[in-house]
Amino acid sequence: MSKRTDSNGYTMIFAIVMVLIVGSLLAFLSSYLKDRITENKRIEKQQNILYAMGVNENDESSATFVSANVAGAEFSKYIKKQLVIEGDNTTEDNNAYLIDVKKEQAKAKDGAVRRLPLFVGEKEGKTFYVAPIRGKGLWDAIWGYVAMDADMIVQGAYFDHKGETPGLGANIKQRYFMDDFIGEHLLTETGEFKGITVKKGNNDAVNEDKTDYEVDAIAGATITGDGVSAMIKKDLALYLPYFKSLKK
Amino acid sequence: MGLLSKKDAKLITDPLLDNNPITIQVLGICSALAITAELEASIVMSVSVMFVLGLGNVVISLMRNIIPSKIRIIVQLIVVATLVIIVDLVLKAFAYELSKTLSVFVGLIITNCIIMGRFEAFALGNGPWRSFLDGIGNSVGYGLILIAVGFFRELLGSGTLLGIKVLGDPIEKTGLYAIGYENNGFMLLSPMALIVVGIIIWIQRTKNKSLIEEN
Repeated sequence: MSKRTDSNGYTMIFAIVMVLIVGSLLAFLSSYLKDRITENKRIEKQQNILYAMGVNENDESSATFVSANVAGAEFSKYIKKQLVIEGDNTTEDNNAYLIDVKKEQAKAKDGAVRRLPLFVGEKEGKTFYVAPIRGKGLWDAIWGYVAMDADMIVQGAYFDHKGETPGLGANIKQRYFMDDFIGEHLLTETGEFKGITVKKGNNDAVNEDKTDYEVDAIAGATITGDGVSAMIKKDLALYLPYFKSLKK
Repeated sequence: MGLLSKKDAKLITDPLLDNNPITIQVLGICSALAITAELEASIVMSVSVMFVLGLGNVVISLMRNIIPSKIRIIVQLIVVATLVIIVDLVLKAFAYELSKTLSVFVGLIITNCIIMGRFEAFALGNGPWRSFLDGIGNSVGYGLILIAVGFFRELLGSGTLLGIKVLGDPIEKTGLYAIGYENNGFMLLSPMALIVVGIIIWIQRTKNKSLIEEN
């Protein structure tokens, strides 16, 4: 059976027209919605940073951000200083939270000096230092924000991921995992940086021992957990000189 | 059903049991294994597939007379990818929170063989309304299995349902855990999903012997 639609010419023309239509439709939609999407991402960063330092609307077990329409106001209320650490120089920059950690990591790989954003927040008389971290999970990127006090003891953590397995690795953004980090020490008693390891079977499932440098892993999410350990160790270690300078 | 003719109604009811996409047609197995560790993920995936398959079937059905047969698979792939990307973009702009939950599923939907399978087997040869019904019927049948598998995996693997601890607290040893019950971590791993699907297929074929294929 020979149909009009079987000819090579028709096939070629169909393919070209289809690609043009689909391509321009997606391009148009993407550029039309771009501003809105960027704005949503900006607000999300503010919400993440606030979440890590305990400004959130959590109830018993859920992880809930402050709502998007107050995020900007809350951010300027609680975040007192936004710092950019570049080698030995520390400068203030009110847009430090927009620094793209991914790009800075790539820059550092090429040998350039990495700009490290650090947010100094104050809540109920307590000072928090919130730092962004970023690394690799099983399938894609994972990232987060860790709030610390001046001794680098974790005060709060927020993790997120791009495409970890639902029900397994994706659970790093669940409260029961993130809350385990609260109170954990990052430094040894002598002030060396040690980090925190996500570990299977550390005999401390409720995480009562806060100075064992370990939190309990999620079953079935070994590689995502290793990714969390790695990004904490790699990225937070970079802030050690700054925290040391606080003590002087 | 007054709204649907008998033939049309069959398009919806058939895929629920006797022509179920997962257990009989063996379509959409990959996602049934990948995302059923939790009941919630199963439900989200089922609803997303229902949307994409219902709409995609209609689009393909409308185009069925102009699609060149040599490149029809590519055309189908483009249609489903475009639909999914449009939904993802719109959600990112207007319902950001929801889009974050769904973004994990986007790739899984595009590559889900149930969608290509129904385009190829049904939408290319039938009108838009019937194709729409077929899409809904098949995605509900798919969803039923996903939810059943998700239910057992989450219950036996984590002792929770939709994140709620239904069997007590494993750490503080309350509920069932007080008498020595333990979660089965194996249930969270993909191979167990295959076994659960296998058990469902087994039960289904035992109940309805006409489904057993003869060699």
